[in-house]
Amino acid sequence: MTATVGCPGCVAAPERPSSAAPAADVLLHLPGIHCAGCIATAEDTLNALPGVSAHVNLSRRRATVATGGRLEAAPLIEALAAVGIEAHELDVAELAPQDRTGRDLLMRIGVSGFAMMNVMLLSVAVWSGAADTTRQLFHLISALIAVPAIVFSARPFFVSALGALRAARLNMDVPIALAILLATLISAVEALQGGEGHAWFEAALSLTFFLLAGRYLDHASRSAARSAAKELSALEVPRATRLTDGGEEVVRAADLRAGDAIRVAPGMRLPADGIVAEGRSELDRALLTGETLPVGIAPGDPVEAGTLNLTGPLVVTVARAGRDTALSRLADLVATAEAARTRYASLADRAARAYAPVVHLLALAAFAGWFWGTGDALLALGIAVAVLIITCPCALGLAVPAVSIATSGRLFRKGLLVKSNTALERLAEVDTVIFDKTGTLTEGAPVVVGEPAVEDVRLAMALAEGSVHPLALAIVAHGRARGLTPVPVEDRVEHPGLGIAAVHNGQQVRLGRAAWVGAAEADRTATWLDRGDGAPVAIGFTDRPRAGAEEAVSRLKGLGLRVELISGDAAAPVADLAGKLGIEAAKSGLTPAKKAAHVEALAAGGRTVLMVGDGLNDTGALAAAHASIAPASALDAARAVSDVVLLNARLDPVADAVIQARAARRRMGENIWLALAYNAVAIPVALAGFATPLLAALAMSASSITVSLNALRAPK
Amino acid sequence: MSVLAFLIPVSLVLGLGALAAFVWAMRNHQYDDMERGRHSVLDDRHDDAPGE
Repeated sequence: MTATVGCPGCVAAPERPSSAAPAADVLLHLPGIHCAGCIATAEDTLNALPGVSAHVNLSRRRATVATGGRLEAAPLIEALAAVGIEAHELDVAELAPQDRTGRDLLMRIGVSGFAMMNVMLLSVAVWSGAADTTRQLFHLISALIAVPAIVFSARPFFVSALGALRAARLNMDVPIALAILLATLISAVEALQGGEGHAWFEAALSLTFFLLAGRYLDHASRSAARSAAKELSALEVPRATRLTDGGEEVVRAADLRAGDAIRVAPGMRLPADGIVAEGRSELDRALLTGETLPVGIAPGDPVEAGTLNLTGPLVVTVARAGRDTALSRLADLVATAEAARTRYASLADRAARAYAPVVHLLALAAFAGWFWGTGDALLALGIAVAVLIITCPCALGLAVPAVSIATSGRLFRKGLLVKSNTALERLAEVDTVIFDKTGTLTEGAPVVVGEPAVEDVRLAMALAEGSVHPLALAIVAHGRARGLTPVPVEDRVEHPGLGIAAVHNGQQVRLGRAAWVGAAEADRTATWLDRGDGAPVAIGFTDRPRAGAEEAVSRLKGLGLRVELISGDAAAPVADLAGKLGIEAAKSGLTPAKKAAHVEALAAGGRTVLMVGDGLNDTGALAAAHASIAPASALDAARAVSDVVLLNARLDPVADAVIQARAARRRMGENIWLALAYNAVAIPVALAGFATPLLAALAMSASSITVSLNALRAPK
Repeated sequence: MSVLAFLIPVSLVLGLGALAAFVWAMRNHQYDDMERGRHSVLDDRHDDAPGE
């Protein structure tokens, strides 16, 4: 952007982080950092590593690290973990452009602010009665300052207005761009001629300045939300271990090619689609399919990117990598469904659509009327411009974004990240809320049912310890919670896909699948413990509701919304959970396509649906719904299609989101009426030809400030 | 009114100076992190208080 465009601000706006520091090649997200002490600890810890220089940005909760080209984030994260600071790696390429947009806007604000203040000073002299040569001199100087400043600062509005006109649409930027352009032109003519007409430079500049300021605030709040959402997505599968002739190498998942052999250790997510070449294990596919139980796999079985390898190390021959994986293709399909939603006409768009033609017609009528009455084209044009300026799209332009910024900020503090700019309006319109079960209403992790005998639990803990299988983790957690310690065992061996065996007191003991330990299958989720006496006992599991789930459901019902539960899981656990949370309508055994179809059927029946879901099996439904919320634990694709991401583990903020969205929607309406009320007073004055630049400046500032203050007012 | 020939350039130079300062501050990344500054007073790494 530096040399090619050739505008003053582009040259001035820095493209990369400061040239004094060595190029930063690793970005870390530090969610917990909040004080001077944490900054010092984090920086000192990182700088103590050889060849590393780090800088912490507190507003963004980020550390920029220069590692001198070694690109390794893992040792940095470990070093920080050792001093108790949580860190995640971020994608550098993903985040750089956003920062640039913000700086670019700030530069335009700076330039228009400078020009506005100088021109305003000169105008005060004109308003207070400078005449003849002095007046023309002041107008000429104003023109010299204002014209280049407007060409540079108002460019975003011109670009957006041109884009809209090309698509044969009218957006808010069309009247804005037209007002700025005409005001500048007619004032320039006026300055050159030195007549008795008004010069509107300061009006054009302050219009630009106020609107840019609104836009910057909008960008700043949303880029924080967007980058946090990207930060979340950057947490997943960035690297893979590729097997080569010479050994192993760590590569980016996107650099894998079909035919590569990769090693996947237990506890890792698969970075690509492929076929198992060596090893047996179990895969946790809950995020893709909603299945709670892991599936066993053996050489020759196909595996998909995004599934979690649980028990045994695997060597996988890559079939599809990067953007070709089943995961990415699903995400692409979803993008198509999502495009429909971006066509949603926001309140601001609808206001602009009604408002823009009226303003243009009024201005045209003013021009025609005055030209017909006086025969003076310049005077008529001046009055038309006065109408355009005084109708102040400025307040209308601020009316909706100011409310969304204030509300998004409030929701962010409650742990909700608003990603889409029309999300609040759509959220305010919903009348039905549909929850997914596994991973959304429940924690997606099994817990032990009841209280099995103490000796059994101690033995099971001994066997389960060290395994990453979700059932094993549940047993260990259960034992710890009861304050039990494992009994000593020897020769512990994990048999991937089957279970764990060991020797206890000279006897062979096993924990695993029913068939493996010689027991009959149970009708619920269970694992079997063979104590070596030939009579295996079952340990049953259930999926616990997420914290705040019950409260969320009852509060949503209290708001008059219909609540439903849909799941890909079996009927019994779904009905059980629905009963526990007080949800009347529950559907089970739904495939991803059926989930989306259910949402579409409801929409066709005139209902507006809010979908809350986390898995890939929900993405279709999330995209089809009128509005959607995904928990932070959700899969990348699900978060990507959602309007709102729930940052903490509790579910009750869902109700807050709806309440706040409704309040925001009311406030937006009020703001639009406020802005229109100002216009209703100002337009007749302008049409009658009484509008002066001073009056325009006063009306513009007063209405912008009223609207912004109303937006910031805390909701009742 | 000849004082104008002097005052107007002066006011413009002052304004341009402010703009240049703003551009410098921005290129210097002073607007990148608006929160950290207020914590730096509590940062004891750069204390150069006289020794005991």
